[in-house]
Amino acid sequence: MAAVPLAFVVAYLLHKGAGIVDWGFLTDDIPISSRLPGPGMGPAVLGTLLITGAATAMAVPLGVLAALYLNEYGKRGRLASVIRFLADVMAGVPSIVMGLFIYTVWVLRYGQTGFAGALSLACLMLPIVIRSAETALQLVPSELREASAALGARTSRTILTVVIPAALPGVVSGALLAVARAAGETAPLLFTIGTVNAANTSLLDGTNTALSAQIFGNARLPFDAAIDRAWGAALTLIALVFALTFIARVVARRFTVR
Amino acid sequence: MTLTTRPPSPARPGALASPGRAGLSDRSFRSLTLGCGLLVLVILGLITISTTQEAWPAFTHDGLRFFTSDRWAPSADAFGSLPFVYGTVVTAVIALVIAVPISVGMALFLSDVAPRRLRRPVSSLVDLLAAVPSVVYGLWGVIVLAPWLAGIYGRVSDVTSPVPVLSNLFEGPSSGRSLFTAGLILALMVTPIITSISREVFDTVPTTAKEAAYALGSTRWEMIRAAVFPHSRAGVVGGVMLGLGRAMGETIAAALVIGSSPQISARLFGSGDSMAAVIANEFGEAGGLHRAALIGLGVELFAITILVNLIARHVVGRAGVRS
Repeated sequence: MAAVPLAFVVAYLLHKGAGIVDWGFLTDDIPISSRLPGPGMGPAVLGTLLITGAATAMAVPLGVLAALYLNEYGKRGRLASVIRFLADVMAGVPSIVMGLFIYTVWVLRYGQTGFAGALSLACLMLPIVIRSAETALQLVPSELREASAALGARTSRTILTVVIPAALPGVVSGALLAVARAAGETAPLLFTIGTVNAANTSLLDGTNTALSAQIFGNARLPFDAAIDRAWGAALTLIALVFALTFIARVVARRFTVR
Repeated sequence: MTLTTRPPSPARPGALASPGRAGLSDRSFRSLTLGCGLLVLVILGLITISTTQEAWPAFTHDGLRFFTSDRWAPSADAFGSLPFVYGTVVTAVIALVIAVPISVGMALFLSDVAPRRLRRPVSSLVDLLAAVPSVVYGLWGVIVLAPWLAGIYGRVSDVTSPVPVLSNLFEGPSSGRSLFTAGLILALMVTPIITSISREVFDTVPTTAKEAAYALGSTRWEMIRAAVFPHSRAGVVGGVMLGLGRAMGETIAAALVIGSSPQISARLFGSGDSMAAVIANEFGEAGGLHRAALIGLGVELFAITILVNLIARHVVGRAGVRS
């Protein structure tokens, strides 16, 4: 029933976007005057990859470590329950509030950069990674941990050599889903990254842009060329997100220890 | 942990390894993970403090007027947040009214009615729907849906103009960019969440209860009403509230199709604005007090969504389903 609108949206998207996306689109610079037709979204593609990548590099290790604390050390203790509760609260924070938050603590001090955008995306990803990693860790049978302890290993060694490898598919799958979510987010980037027309490979120097922000910006302009670019960017973004989601599914299904 | 100070005894795991340096590395690893866990606390605390601090000038600018006035005129330094709260609430309600019956219906279909072979692909399809970024929905909404709906709105308002209450709700003309369109798009985005939570809840109904209902001679629909609904009411309500939280916080799709006019009016097909949308739309050119007021809207939104999520968790927790 509800699959019908999705089919509509995707079909329309494919139709509009296919006419525009080609290698030039993916790599050329954004025209300075939005009125003019022509490629491309190169800087935005680069921006999305860089910013999302940086956010992942920050959120995944921290999130997995936090989940390790919750499942291996804290378990049902007071502090662990509080952290779990707050992680759920954090997952419900609207993405625009995250953007405002990073704006007030970082951008006002250091200006708009790709890194600031990465920070806000990382804050969005953190609770998702924590929750899915904790679930993956819980699925590891306790017999494995007990056997490792019986052989004389310390808890930290058990975690590193037994638990993490066993939970890896679940953790990776959850992380990929978080990345997919972050890649599609626009609101947190609005005030933190600014915009550029030429590709900016530096995260710390100068403003940057991303696919999602470009779609939003172009969707409001009355020029056909801008709208076309928006469709192309949307197609690219959706391809990226679906690919990540699909890989996450495959990893979870194929490699999980049943 | 006092592994390093007591002589190792074979009964304690880890004590067989050499104490001293070993205990230290274990403890530092534990501290590392604990630190990461505490990060959540720190970030949440920072969010609350820093945004409230930045918004403070707007909060104190006019007494409590920020929360009670319905006039938003940045050029005149008038910042009342009511139009946006209204818009946020109305679009969320519209979204739920549309989404809940569809989602619950789909969840029922998936858990009790559909043949087994269909279950996996349709569930995957629903999850894929959830993965679509909101900008894409927004783009499609403003380019495709809004213009198409403008015609429909026109016809609906023509039909309802003689009817007293309805004519106020559906008065035209409309550009298609309206509270209702935003509600529709939000419904599309919120449906996957509600569907998957509801499906999980329906799946926890014990088969014995369902079989008992069948044994007493009930039809499938009667079985659902007698065995599935009572058991899962709390869980579904919790899922709905989570969807509500998501709908209220959704920024981009709403910003593109809501019409951006800060007013409170009963016209469902008329333009409006929501908290998240106005922040997104006006932030770029806002300075000083205006900016502080927008951040203040963010704080208000933050507070409201946390409240909704807390209530949802409480309700879902009672049903025994971890969402």
